[in-house]
Amino acid sequence: MKINDLILRSVTKLIVFIILTLAIYLFFSGHNAPGGGFIGGLVLASAIVLLLLTYDIETFKYSIPFDFKIVAAIGSLIVLLTGMGAVLFGKPFLTQSFATINIPFIGLREISTVTFFELGVALAVVGVVITIILSISEDV
Amino acid sequence: MLTLNMAIFLPFLASLLIPFIYRRHFKIHIGWFVLIVPVILFITLITYLPQIKQGDSFTETLNWIPTFNINLTSYIDGLSLIFGLLITGIGALVVFYSIFYLDFSENLGHFYTYLLLFMGSMLGVVFSDHMMILYAFWELTSISSFLLIAFWYQRKGSRYGAKKSLLITVFGGLGMLIGFLMLYQITGTFSIRETFELIIPLKEHILFTPALILILLGAFTKSAQFPFHIWLPDAMEAPTPVSAYLHSATMVKAGIYIVARFTPIFGGDAVWFYAVSITGLITLFWGAFSAIRETDLKALLAYSTISQLGLVMSLFGVSSLSLHPTITINEVLYTQAAFAALFHLVNHSTFKGALFMVVGILDFKIGTRDIRRLGGLMLFMPISFSIALIGSFSMAGLPPFNGFLSKEMFFQAMLSVNEFDFFSLNTIGVLFPIIAWIASVFTFIYSMIIVFKTFLGKPKEKKLSQAKEASFGMLLAPSILAIFIFLIFIFPNVLADNILKPAVFNIYPNLENNYFEPIKAWHGFNTELFMTMGVVVIGTVIFAFYRRWNIVYKLFPKFLSFDALYNNSLIFFDRLAKNTTSKYMTGYLRHYFQYVFITFTLLVGFTLFKLNAFSFSLTGDEPIGIFEWILAITIIIAGISMIITSSRLTAIVINGYIGFTIALFFVLFRAPDLALTQVVIETVTTALFLLALYFLPRWEEKRAPVRERRQNFIIAASVGLVFTLVALSVKSGRLFTSISSFFEDSDEKAGAANIVNTILGDFRAFDTMLEVIVLFIAGIGVFTLIKANKKRGAHNLEDK
Repeated sequence: MKINDLILRSVTKLIVFIILTLAIYLFFSGHNAPGGGFIGGLVLASAIVLLLLTYDIETFKYSIPFDFKIVAAIGSLIVLLTGMGAVLFGKPFLTQSFATINIPFIGLREISTVTFFELGVALAVVGVVITIILSISEDV
Repeated sequence: MLTLNMAIFLPFLASLLIPFIYRRHFKIHIGWFVLIVPVILFITLITYLPQIKQGDSFTETLNWIPTFNINLTSYIDGLSLIFGLLITGIGALVVFYSIFYLDFSENLGHFYTYLLLFMGSMLGVVFSDHMMILYAFWELTSISSFLLIAFWYQRKGSRYGAKKSLLITVFGGLGMLIGFLMLYQITGTFSIRETFELIIPLKEHILFTPALILILLGAFTKSAQFPFHIWLPDAMEAPTPVSAYLHSATMVKAGIYIVARFTPIFGGDAVWFYAVSITGLITLFWGAFSAIRETDLKALLAYSTISQLGLVMSLFGVSSLSLHPTITINEVLYTQAAFAALFHLVNHSTFKGALFMVVGILDFKIGTRDIRRLGGLMLFMPISFSIALIGSFSMAGLPPFNGFLSKEMFFQAMLSVNEFDFFSLNTIGVLFPIIAWIASVFTFIYSMIIVFKTFLGKPKEKKLSQAKEASFGMLLAPSILAIFIFLIFIFPNVLADNILKPAVFNIYPNLENNYFEPIKAWHGFNTELFMTMGVVVIGTVIFAFYRRWNIVYKLFPKFLSFDALYNNSLIFFDRLAKNTTSKYMTGYLRHYFQYVFITFTLLVGFTLFKLNAFSFSLTGDEPIGIFEWILAITIIIAGISMIITSSRLTAIVINGYIGFTIALFFVLFRAPDLALTQVVIETVTTALFLLALYFLPRWEEKRAPVRERRQNFIIAASVGLVFTLVALSVKSGRLFTSISSFFEDSDEKAGAANIVNTILGDFRAFDTMLEVIVLFIAGIGVFTLIKANKKRGAHNLEDK
């Protein structure tokens, strides 16, 4: 029997973008509201998992040609480097700093080095989750 | 000018650079680039010489972890300067020599990376004042030595030797670490210089002797002292430049450095004196005695190194007597021993370095270093012969070479031992010069073996007659050393005044008398001279009748040697570990879960019971709402149905249901962060479960035996019980004050309103960072576990 997954495929195409948007929203909102790097990364990973469930691995690899091991490595590296950044300014390792500045067209915003740290966390989470899922499913 | 900290890190920086600039098809030998490093460092260290000679010392501190008072304090005084000059001076010669020894077909990138790594860490050892930093560099030298011995990792012998040296030296290093920690317990400082002063009233402390023994353990293993000497002969599998550099001139002297450095702390103590001098003497004798048996020239040199290290060690043992309270420090008698030790240390580096390089030349040119296959090379390789002659005669303690001077001083020091009235030395002290003399006879014999069996006599094989002298470049480094051997004999006091004496004052900080007898080659017909003459006469006789008596070596059965002990204990521990592991690693996931759960219940349950921590009260609780009731009841139903279902898919879906319901609980209790995380994690985990489902074998309807089911029931029930009890106790009782007030002002402190994320990303960022790393390692672990099998059958490089 051929599985008819037309509905799943069509819905996925649309919904993946919604999930991805949600992931990015969660990532940035983490500073002052629920969200953050870990959750953002996980939501992003779940969007990819949905893609993997719907389509096969080849299609997935064709459309998202990343090596997720490297994504995870870059994430971990960013986490380490943000820590080292503070050392360059003579502060203890992993000191985070923040400032409120006026960005043109956007207005007063607070920017913080935590965002980079969280970016590293998010990338590491996405990379590791997808690496694990891909390597298990490719083992068939 | 280079600062001292920079000097330590320059080799490290250079070794970092090498992988980037090294290419296999490089036109210029990478060694020329490497050579710059020791040359610069040597010149830098020379510039310190005039001030060090005045008795100055230099300190430079770089704050590393100021909170724990761990700072990179570099400290240079006369003692560390000697070692620094040896490391960089011999280092430069060895690098130069290696340029001709190792050609382009070798993996030069690896070689020089390791070599520079070693150079940096060795400089770190001698220039560090902080014991923990010293320890870190100390272990780094072990690791770089391991890498260098295993440079030709295709050979079984190299891997064996590398592992042996690492196991033994790191074992001793760990002992030394504990010794340092004990010293810290006694004095409260990790600084070696501060310990000098603080230790004086604290010598009766209960940890004093254990610390002493443990630090000596580190020194003895590193300096290949009996019975830890067994790793050094096996380390000779390394390329010859490495043997000349690490395993004769520098690394093996790190232990001697430690003994010299800690003499002001431990000196005058009976245990210290006996341990250092007796071990040194036994090593001196045993090394010399064993060297004669060897037919491989490098193994012979290895044993001779062991023996010479023992000599220096025993001198430091004797020199520690002058710190005994009854001796006034300004008596020359025993301080002269430390002087002799340092003198011989330098001399040994010159003649042993030269000899190693000559043996390397033989190996390189002829392809063997077995004395049974060599002979008659004097005519074909005259320069190598001359260098070997100078080196060996110096080692044997003959004039006109530097070894003669330090050997005479050694005899003098040993003769002085029984003038000491304590430690019952006026009776057994007589043994010291006797053992020293016998060992010197053996030293003389093996020195003669090196020269006569290799270069004199008839060529034993045809190809020896076609041997050609090595190239100029290869001969240059050993020739320089040979010239030094001679120069030091003629002008010993230049070396003594400029380099050795400042170091002696560092060993005895309270020494005021700056009078040392100037070294003289001729000092009349005294006992020392007669001892040397006796060595030559008796040694020649024994050497002539070597074949008659070498049967002695067969008296020691192989299975009683320390090598056998090492091998057997390795096999024993291997087997023990394997047997223990195979007992509980059954390969069944359910067994592993049982271990985890049983341990958990027992530990937590016991703690709960023991501390009387269980408390349960309903006061102050909110009434349970209707939603909560519904959710709780559905979870219970789901839990029960998960047990009785006969399909894995159903079980996974039900498990997912429970997870999502818990997320709903979080929503009810107004914890949006937790709810969000729970939902996403549950989604991803369910997907993973489904994936894993594919690989599981078919569900079998067979039910487990009653006994096992009963057992599982008990485990499951007790886990549930303990968890419930813990949860109830956490809610009801407060053991600790809340820390949440610390985070309340997160907005001012970190500019973020979300406290949870501020804790994760800022206040406790270190935890998060490590968690990310752990996650990354886990991901790579899963990947390699699954993918590693796929690449089996890769080209096998190792021989058996």
